[in-house]
Amino acid sequence: MNESQHDVLIIGAGGAGLRAAMAVVEANPDLSIGLVSKVYPMRSHTVAAEGGMAAVIKDNDAREHHIYDTISGSDWLADQDAVEMFVDEAPRELIQLEHWGCPWSREDSGHVAVRPFGGMQIERTWYAADKTGFHVLHALFQTSLQFSQITRYDEYFATSLITADGRCQGCVALELRTGELHVLRANAVIICTGGFGRIFPFTTNGSIKTGDGLALAYRAGVALKDMEFVQYHPTGLPGTGILITEASRGEGGILLNNEGRRYLQDYDLGEPLDVHDPRHPQNRAMELGPRDRLSQAFMHEQAAGRTFDGEYGDYVQLDVRHLGEERIDSRIPFVRELASNYAGIDPVVEPIPVRPVVHYTMGGIDTDVHGATTLPGLYAAGECACVSINGANRLGSNSLTELVVFGARAGRHAATAVAGQPLSDGPEIDRQVAAERDRIAELRARPAGGERIAVIRDDLNTAMEAGAGIFRDEASLSACCATLRELEERVARISLDDTSPVYNTELISALEIDGMVDISRALAHAALDRTESRGSHQRTDYAARDDANYLKHSMAYRTDGDPRIDYKDVVITRWPPADRVYGSSAGKDGK
Amino acid sequence: MSDTTIQLEVFRYRPDNGGPTFQSYEVPYHDDWVVLDALNYVKNYIDGSLSFRWSCRMGVCGSCGMQVNGEPALTCAAFVRDHMPGPIRVEPLVNFPVERDLVVDINGFMEKLDHVKPYLVRDDEADDLSAEYLQTPTQLDRYKQFSMCINCMLCYAACPVIGRVDEFIGPAALALAQRYNLDSRDQGKNMRQDVIFQNEGIWECTFVGECSEVCPKHVDPAGAIQQAKLEGAVDYYKRLLTPWARRS
Repeated sequence: MNESQHDVLIIGAGGAGLRAAMAVVEANPDLSIGLVSKVYPMRSHTVAAEGGMAAVIKDNDAREHHIYDTISGSDWLADQDAVEMFVDEAPRELIQLEHWGCPWSREDSGHVAVRPFGGMQIERTWYAADKTGFHVLHALFQTSLQFSQITRYDEYFATSLITADGRCQGCVALELRTGELHVLRANAVIICTGGFGRIFPFTTNGSIKTGDGLALAYRAGVALKDMEFVQYHPTGLPGTGILITEASRGEGGILLNNEGRRYLQDYDLGEPLDVHDPRHPQNRAMELGPRDRLSQAFMHEQAAGRTFDGEYGDYVQLDVRHLGEERIDSRIPFVRELASNYAGIDPVVEPIPVRPVVHYTMGGIDTDVHGATTLPGLYAAGECACVSINGANRLGSNSLTELVVFGARAGRHAATAVAGQPLSDGPEIDRQVAAERDRIAELRARPAGGERIAVIRDDLNTAMEAGAGIFRDEASLSACCATLRELEERVARISLDDTSPVYNTELISALEIDGMVDISRALAHAALDRTESRGSHQRTDYAARDDANYLKHSMAYRTDGDPRIDYKDVVITRWPPADRVYGSSAGKDGK
Repeated sequence: MSDTTIQLEVFRYRPDNGGPTFQSYEVPYHDDWVVLDALNYVKNYIDGSLSFRWSCRMGVCGSCGMQVNGEPALTCAAFVRDHMPGPIRVEPLVNFPVERDLVVDINGFMEKLDHVKPYLVRDDEADDLSAEYLQTPTQLDRYKQFSMCINCMLCYAACPVIGRVDEFIGPAALALAQRYNLDSRDQGKNMRQDVIFQNEGIWECTFVGECSEVCPKHVDPAGAIQQAKLEGAVDYYKRLLTPWARRS
């Protein structure tokens, strides 16, 4: 079997993975880095992020404000020490991106421009028109090309971690082009594989977002934290689920029900101002409320029959017409392009149909503020990780910032931790590699006529949406858990049409769905056990937040049976839990 | 839902199992389906052995470029309805070696991107991260268009020069070089010009502009190449003939 060795191995080459790789180089240019990705780096889903990236840079802003917005946005489930570090390091990381060529939108003075975003009391979102993620990813990738220390393994799928002597020491990876297995050894492994929105049927996430890295860590004994918190973005295109960025509301777009009413005023999000009022849009109010609250408001409008009826389900309208063609083309050109291409709507003259869509997964691999997991040598950063700065609801424009702040942290820590550690050798490693080879050989050798991947995926999607959607209760979650148990058995009976070793994407899909069912079980059980409502986790049978019992992170551990759910206290430094107040009455920093 | 169907004729190739062939699939017709949706229907419910790349299905990841009825296109942006009543012929992008079915080998392309040194080059001794480099909206506008390339490689499939001169750096990579050359923050233009003008193909580019026409993001690589030639060639030869001026 092919074997390679590096000091640090990074799995996933999106924003977090690329940033981590360059942080390793910065920390110690003598280290060798292996960068493994199931797609070419510039295909990573960071590319699809649109609206922007939060960091305190302007004189009218302060760290306390960003910290408070993030913590209150998280419904107090974020760890406050982590949020403080995040906010403190964000400006420097964004300037670093600027120095690496990111084409930020600018003020006339030449300084970077900022725009308002949901749940933020002051405009602090840096942006590159409405293709921020695209520009950030390409800037990172192109910049990384100059570092010879980075060896890329493009289109390699990591199938399992290698652990020996109590440490993570590499992974087994399948090369798509040849179908060969590779053993990639390293003293530290950083997982940066992104989120897992694809377990749901209607999502902004690309097909690659299957949570592979979560499954790797979970199976290596690491806990998945806060899995029950799934973010529905309030404005996706019906049918395709294509994201219409929150920046469209940051620029002044409004949401209307079928009576033409700005319905958010009925959900404790403040009073609407006229769209031509110079104070519109108001920060932390109305259309710039947090995503969880906006998506939940849609559900109530739908139940009351005040949504529009469409071919792909009910929807409301996002109206940006009052911005005018020039502003639309300069600030949110991608919105116009997407709405025109995929909804046949020109936002300059018509409102855009939108509905809530699964967008982001707050939960993930449990890490500390250095990105380190409880398994020595194993790190995680980005959407696959849960530090947690996002708690029960992430604020828009914090996720791209999280990629670079915690990607860099994980890279730096891994670089210093690996020094002088010899890799283990011997039968234990051989046993793990052989087991992985056998697992994949067995899957490929199954006789035709078994379960079909797409059918299992459809059933998984249906079960997750029905059981663990925006509103959940004990009955829906119990049924979901039961279905997932059956799906786990069915996954073991998948058979492939594709017998070729070369570029066998069906084999990759089979490995992905195997992990997806596994981590979905962690999600459903964590959601079933959390008998309160907080942020994006809304239990109709337990409608209130319960700080006495659940100011805690859920920790899901894999067992041979159902996942075991444990809890860990939230770190509170200076911001004791309080009500989340949005609307014009919302004071700064909760005061 | 409707009972209408449309026929796909899909290029199939397995390097371990004989030469290329076309395979026909009958898929449901939907008014708002793109060709990628039809391919996914095949993969999901008819024939799981069909291989192709895709991810974002919103025209920004750049993975799903293929030939659709002979024209290079992003299959996530090519609507089935525009090809009714069919059949729709789907083939891998031309001008690239085929790895399997609709998957092409893009390593050559990746090396070309690397060759043009697509990153900011600065003379500063150390990177001072206390403040951003200033850049006015006007300065941003000079290169913005060339920064929009998603590396989908449709321009390589459309380029008449690539078809004849393999080592031609090609439209996307040249546009990328120009993106950095025009960036007010960059000081690496001389370094990039050496790569560009030592490359064969650029002199063969005849500005037919097929690359710009096929570009889904309106990057206008043909314009970038023209600019580079006009601005760059004089400069490059001046430096070549007056080596003492090279470091300036």
